[in-house]
Amino acid sequence: MESEIKHFQIVIRPKNSLLDFKLKEIFHYRDLISLFVKRDFISKYKQTILGPAWAVIQPLLTTVVFTILFGSLANLTTADTPKANAAIPGFLFYMAGTICWTYFSTTVNNTSATFINNAGIMGKVYFPRMVTPISIAFSNLIQFTIQLIMFVAIYIVMLLTGTAVLCPSWYLFLLPFLVLQMMMLSMGFGIIISALTTKYRDLQMLVGFGLQLWQYATPIAYGLMLVPEKWQWLMLVNPVTPIVLTFRYAFFGTGYFSLTYYLISWVMTIGILLLGMILFNRIEKTFMDTI
Amino acid sequence: MDDLMIRISHVSKEYRLGQIGGTTLREELQRKTAKLLKREDPTAKIGQKSVEYGKRFLALDDISLDIRPGEAVGIIGRNGAGKSTLLKLLSRVTAPSSGEIGLNGRIASMLEVGTGFHPELTGRENIYMNGAILGMTKREIDSKLEEIIDFSEVRPFIDTPVKRYSSGMYVKLAFSVAAHLDSEIMIMDEVLAVGDMAFQQKCIDKMSNACRQEGRTILYVSHNMNTIRQLCDRCIVLDHGHLIFDGDVEKAIPLYLNHSLGSEVPRMDFTEYQRQKYLQRTDIRIDTIELIGKEDIHYFRNEKVKIRYHWHVNADVKNVGIRFEIRNENDVPTATSVGYNLYTGKAGDRAELNCLYDLSILAPGRYKTVFTVFEKSSYGLGADLDCVFAMDLIVEEPTLSNLAWDAKHWGNIILPEPVLVGGD
Repeated sequence: MESEIKHFQIVIRPKNSLLDFKLKEIFHYRDLISLFVKRDFISKYKQTILGPAWAVIQPLLTTVVFTILFGSLANLTTADTPKANAAIPGFLFYMAGTICWTYFSTTVNNTSATFINNAGIMGKVYFPRMVTPISIAFSNLIQFTIQLIMFVAIYIVMLLTGTAVLCPSWYLFLLPFLVLQMMMLSMGFGIIISALTTKYRDLQMLVGFGLQLWQYATPIAYGLMLVPEKWQWLMLVNPVTPIVLTFRYAFFGTGYFSLTYYLISWVMTIGILLLGMILFNRIEKTFMDTI
Repeated sequence: MDDLMIRISHVSKEYRLGQIGGTTLREELQRKTAKLLKREDPTAKIGQKSVEYGKRFLALDDISLDIRPGEAVGIIGRNGAGKSTLLKLLSRVTAPSSGEIGLNGRIASMLEVGTGFHPELTGRENIYMNGAILGMTKREIDSKLEEIIDFSEVRPFIDTPVKRYSSGMYVKLAFSVAAHLDSEIMIMDEVLAVGDMAFQQKCIDKMSNACRQEGRTILYVSHNMNTIRQLCDRCIVLDHGHLIFDGDVEKAIPLYLNHSLGSEVPRMDFTEYQRQKYLQRTDIRIDTIELIGKEDIHYFRNEKVKIRYHWHVNADVKNVGIRFEIRNENDVPTATSVGYNLYTGKAGDRAELNCLYDLSILAPGRYKTVFTVFEKSSYGLGADLDCVFAMDLIVEEPTLSNLAWDAKHWGNIILPEPVLVGGD
């Protein structure tokens, strides 16, 4: 009997094998991913007057607040290296950090609720469950792209008018990898939490709060130099830090870039994503029974 | 092997009783440590026996089934029989606890209408959305779009957000998408219960065509026997997670109807009866229960009910009692008669007991009966040895002089009439 079942096209067993990620099947459902992205985009801005402009307004206001609060009032350093003239113009500095962090935190936040928010539809019909977090990562990417365009526009204006001394570096070619890494990392964290929240709702409470604390532990609103040199490694093992630092280094031509920490953060990214996918794989078949 | 569409092999689905999920991490830790220290579970409710917590419940119990291409199979059974669980397993919403299922084709499930519809999107956009959720690619949907819109009868509104749709339009659109899937297997859970009569008929015709001409396989769950008759050529009856019948539709339907009404014969044989899973002891097994001196199950209200029990004993028992529970037609427990210390016996014995019951407080109506044989422990708790659901009883009013009993408002119990007494 057992061997006979093998001849069928689809075999349903009590458990998935842990490393069977069904990537082929997910690829087959690519149209669904793009439709989910489209749906998210449309439904987000439907019946709003400003529409996608909101994607620009939010980081813009945050940046203004950061510039006043951390720049003018608290006077925190914007330098990532002890070199002279390392300080980066405040406004662009904060904006670079903000758009990176916004992408990361929204994606973690949204993907972490994958199972709970979609219990209705997932309880009715089968599709590879990974489709949902992937589509979330992409739909936030649209928002990120809009924000990045705004950032680059302001950057170019400042570069041309000479308001600030900026020198873009060759590291700009790393940008696609930075974005890819951000997607993988935030999705990885998100799906780990989503897999665990099906049983422990506590985590859901923790996510918003935890992300806020995490932001302070990442040099978003201040330069790396704020931290004493002997403690800097602690900041750098935070996998988000090298992404943000490299992003800034690429655009501003000054700052901190360490290949070692950059690679460490890649290793962590891949590890977290793998762990997330394994947990997700384990939970996706029966989460409907426990949610 | 090639001529099979679905093979279900020894599939069981188990649920844990009591609250699962939604617990906090703290409770979980408390429970785990208590288990380690062999203490009582601190999170259990007072009075809840620790054995009861986490007791298993089999929604499906060792189901095996083969379905060939082009078959239209109806699945019937009472609520809780496991029909929807079976469909959920097939549509991969949840996984079986044990056993395997093999499918030779894509499955389109229409478990509920409008699943995956987004209210802000237009009808057209939702067709793409729903199609993609069901596993179609954009190109497939493109090629069928016109056909889907025509079938749905909502063409004038196709570019309006579906949040403005009436519920009927919603249903029609959702059904149309699913019906036009190129899937080899279609699963439907009472989807036809909605929509107007004309549309229902249209759907059934569409399904029959898909099945008879295109050779698609259909699994259909319904409580509507007429649609089962129209659509299906094979029928499965589920009861408490067991497959109790598989075969001809016309034979299956009466089986299901009787099961949900209860038997109408005055003598019932329980030697082949499938006991409830919770019964762990097999000390006594009831063989037959008989209404003495009756041809049917009708009683007048003042008539005494004489019941004869036959059972065999598998292990020594002492002070055995019989609990005779009566439920009304809505399955609400109404009254119970407990007989204590009626029997003591040794393994291998066969016993016959005759009991006389007075049911005159029951109002006229139809009742279900449950008989439980139990052994009383010294704490006043009972351990159930056997339990069977037996024949119904129909109680009738012997005189016309009384008011017609209004059970809906007055309940099922007739208390004794008041007695006029003096002032002090």
